[in-house]
Amino acid sequence: MSAEWPLWEVFVRAKRGLSHIHVGSLHAPDATMAVRNARDVYTRRGEGVSIWVVPSDQITASSPDEKDAFFDPAGDKVYRHPTFYDVPVEAKHL
Amino acid sequence: MAPTDQRTDDREAAFYAIVDSDGRIEPRDDMPEAYRRTLIRQIAQHAHSEIIGMQPEGNWISRAPSLRRKAILLAKVQDEAGHGLYLYAAAETLGVSRDQLLDLLHTRKQKYSSIFNYPTLTWADVGAIGWLVDGAAITNQVPLTRCSYGPYARAMVRICKEESFHQRQGFESLLTLTRGSAAQKAMAQDALDRWWYPSLAMFGPPDTGEQVSGGHTEQSMRWGIKRFSNDELRQRFVDMTVPQSEVLGLTIPDPDLRWNDERGHYDFTAPDYDELFRVIKGDGPCNEQRLRHRVEAHEDGAWVREAAGAYAAKQQAKRAEAAA
Amino acid sequence: MTTQRYALALGDDALILAQRLGEWVARAPELEEDVALANIALDLLGQARTLLTYAGELEGAGRDEDALAYWRDDRDFRNVLLVELPNGDFAVTMARQLVFAAYQYELYDRLRGSADETVAAVAGKAVKEVHYHRDHATQWVLRLGDGTDESRRRMVAGLETVWPYVDELFEPFDGADVDPTALREPWTAYVHGVLAEAGLSVPEPTASRRGGRDGLHTEHLGYLLAELQHLHRSHPGATW
Repeated sequence: MSAEWPLWEVFVRAKRGLSHIHVGSLHAPDATMAVRNARDVYTRRGEGVSIWVVPSDQITASSPDEKDAFFDPAGDKVYRHPTFYDVPVEAKHL
Repeated sequence: MAPTDQRTDDREAAFYAIVDSDGRIEPRDDMPEAYRRTLIRQIAQHAHSEIIGMQPEGNWISRAPSLRRKAILLAKVQDEAGHGLYLYAAAETLGVSRDQLLDLLHTRKQKYSSIFNYPTLTWADVGAIGWLVDGAAITNQVPLTRCSYGPYARAMVRICKEESFHQRQGFESLLTLTRGSAAQKAMAQDALDRWWYPSLAMFGPPDTGEQVSGGHTEQSMRWGIKRFSNDELRQRFVDMTVPQSEVLGLTIPDPDLRWNDERGHYDFTAPDYDELFRVIKGDGPCNEQRLRHRVEAHEDGAWVREAAGAYAAKQQAKRAEAAA
Repeated sequence: MTTQRYALALGDDALILAQRLGEWVARAPELEEDVALANIALDLLGQARTLLTYAGELEGAGRDEDALAYWRDDRDFRNVLLVELPNGDFAVTMARQLVFAAYQYELYDRLRGSADETVAAVAGKAVKEVHYHRDHATQWVLRLGDGTDESRRRMVAGLETVWPYVDELFEPFDGADVDPTALREPWTAYVHGVLAEAGLSVPEPTASRRGGRDGLHTEHLGYLLAELQHLHRSHPGATW
């Protein structure tokens, strides 16, 4: 059981111009094989043009306990969103 | 009330607030231990079913009667490996490893769908599995794309999208047989005769007694990891399948099958649940064979997995040395 | 113009190897590898279908891919012996994959320039596929060769198993679009490079086995074909 290959998180860029998006995970002995396995497992229907793999244990995440402190303060900064601003309808392309 | 209890109550309240508003629980959220355990068991059983399910169909890859069918079947069985993989990964977000889950499968402590303990005796069985077994699986799985646990729901979205071709290819394959020679048509009918009731049994035992109130079903529904009862899903499957069988020109082996205008559903004969329980307990035609095959593949591959691990460790040591 | 015999030989190579790799499904060392081996088998099966279809057209006798795959006996198959060898363990399969994918890569790379547009188109697509197959086998030969004592022992044995079947890949072939003898040098450079990196020595030359291109096969092919063909032949004229 000790020989289990580590877990990797897989990110795929669906097409040029888009970000890599998390699509799932897999097991692989090392990074080289992880990229290859990701190609076979997650892009066999032509879902992507580029792949990232990251060892799952190398990801640092915000803690759900800190959720309020992390995310709520942004919730009231409506001025970051374009819909906050009223502009006359005749002003196009804004 | 002790402060710790208060905190537990708050956490539970937060969990139910999410579940009740049809939100998604994510891996690092607080969740009741029983929810976590139930999910692990359900997802693992689902994953085991995918990988054991590779065998009955894989049985026909080498003998597929045309190169086109061979390619389709190979791609389908490959998908099942992929689906098993997605599901194991979803279970792993709950704090178990794939190795642990495989060990539970190999030592018979966890189950897989009993349908795969029936043999595929003719080529038509491959079509029948696609049409009926995948059809039943899809009926079960579509509601799970909205289940309360995020990683499971996302895996199911991916799986359902990929599986849409599985059922269609099965139906098309059977249609080709029923429009073919008398021998081919007989082969298709024989497959339906053998796979119909086991497919109905895939939805599990009937919703009676303990199952409905206070049992697993009620708890799972409360948790949003089951959306419909076994009998609801079974009925939905029958209603969907009967008209398809008419297009195929095949006869469902149930003399009491008929449309009930009042209910707006088909009436049908229930599968033999005693048989279902016997097969679940290990007394199906292929239980031993399927598990032995699975364990052998795992054991035969041990030296390969070990070698790749050893190579990775050596490479890492070399890099560390070069950096030092 | 490509000869029917040549298209058949390349198509048979791909078909028989796809059949062998299909046997790995649900038996691979890890789920990820099940998916990878099935991908390779599917690529080869796709190549086989196109090439056999084309061989049928060149023949002009109305035989399609299935007529050629299912209704010829072993003496009419033109594949090299290497691809019909039993899978053995994972090391034997990877040794065979390395040898064959490296050969197919050099072959298709050159066939892209074939004057025959159909063959050039097949090669253009296939060269990308076999580039990946070659890489897949390379990665595994490196890991098995430099993994554990057991994997190394098995990898050495795997290479010894397939080595007598290497020469046949590079034998002159009458009416070939690309002269097989010209592929040996780049093949050697690649394969020997991989073996060196894996710390494996090139097996000593032993007897070399040949005959596949003339329909003289190993005993293994008869069984492989019996399995591949029996259902189709049990229903003559049926559509599937």
